[in-house]
Amino acid sequence: MAQSIVKEFTKGLWKENAPFRVVLGLCPVLAVTKTVENGIGMGLATTFVLVFSNFFVSIFRNFIPSKVRIACYIVIIATFVTIVELLMQAFTYPLFLKLGIFIPLIVVNCLVLGRSEAFAGKNPPHYAVADGLGMGIGFTLSLTVLSAVREILGSGTLTFYETPIQLFGPDFQPFTFMVEAPGAFVGLGLLLCIMNLIESK
Amino acid sequence: MREMVNMVVVLTVITAVSGGILSMLKAGTEYRIENQILKFQKAPAINAIFSDATNDPLKDRFSIQAGEREVTFFPGKLKDGSKAVAFETKGTGFGGDVGLMVGVNIDTDQIVKVRVTTHSETPGIGSRAKDSTDFVSQFSGMNVAKNAFKVKKDDGTISAMSGATVTSRGVCTAARKAKELYMDLKPKIKTRI
Repeated sequence: MAQSIVKEFTKGLWKENAPFRVVLGLCPVLAVTKTVENGIGMGLATTFVLVFSNFFVSIFRNFIPSKVRIACYIVIIATFVTIVELLMQAFTYPLFLKLGIFIPLIVVNCLVLGRSEAFAGKNPPHYAVADGLGMGIGFTLSLTVLSAVREILGSGTLTFYETPIQLFGPDFQPFTFMVEAPGAFVGLGLLLCIMNLIESK
Repeated sequence: MREMVNMVVVLTVITAVSGGILSMLKAGTEYRIENQILKFQKAPAINAIFSDATNDPLKDRFSIQAGEREVTFFPGKLKDGSKAVAFETKGTGFGGDVGLMVGVNIDTDQIVKVRVTTHSETPGIGSRAKDSTDFVSQFSGMNVAKNAFKVKKDDGTISAMSGATVTSRGVCTAARKAKELYMDLKPKIKTRI
């Protein structure tokens, strides 16, 4: 199986898609997908962390002693998460207020550590970046789809840039169950089911 | 032994470099972050309190040491020529801290207006403290020195929001803290305006 940048990039989009195929990193997937804006914001923040932590882990992979590799990975990941947190506070403060605690929690997202451990620690930087980018974009798309389903059904809106767009007329009765916590599980389950149906054909 | 030293050195170097980068970034973004917090959390409340001020309360802000913490005061010159300050205190509501921005007229000790800044109260119930002005407008015009700021249930004068007694009490606690702080610091505030 020859390695190629394109292949490393595209596997994250479908074949090894983090939330829906390998079912990793579910904490933010379930918690923040109340509005499309939150979903995209969380996805992009995670993508940033994934790409940079993969890159640096991969660069240092020959220097890091295997016995302390997890500690080193976590320090590198935590650094980029803090960078994201500070940048979000400085430039997109309203979004930071909504995502709140879930930004620092990217540090313990098994998706990010999983990619460092399983991929970046064993592969050269250009593959690692392609992998991080693919996984990150796959993660962002998954969050966008799930949050769109939840928001459309639960609030009848789509939110971008702080402005909810009303999709239905004033007679729309929102299915509020979908934007509450249990709705996240049901939404995720349905999407997993659809993905598996498509895959099995 | 060699391996041991190697592990310690690598981990130390990575941690030190990360720490260095972060502290630089922190210093670089500190001013911007402070401005963003002001803009999105405090500015709407301050602007509502000093809607007819002739100066810019945000720009003229100053801090006074109160015990161990620093309190930021936003001075406002009211239309009738009297001077007022706004500052934030916190009380405990139903879902956590309720931040209350209190504007006090220094010349008469009367409250100009109060507004809720940050809260995590139940949407539609406790959140009415912020979303509607019905509850908080009761405080306007009250004399800070003479009022106890308690809800009617606690033998006070403030009518609580129906179904949200805990939130109403939280706002009152914040108001009482504001009273205490204002009485303590009044002489200091006067010298700064």
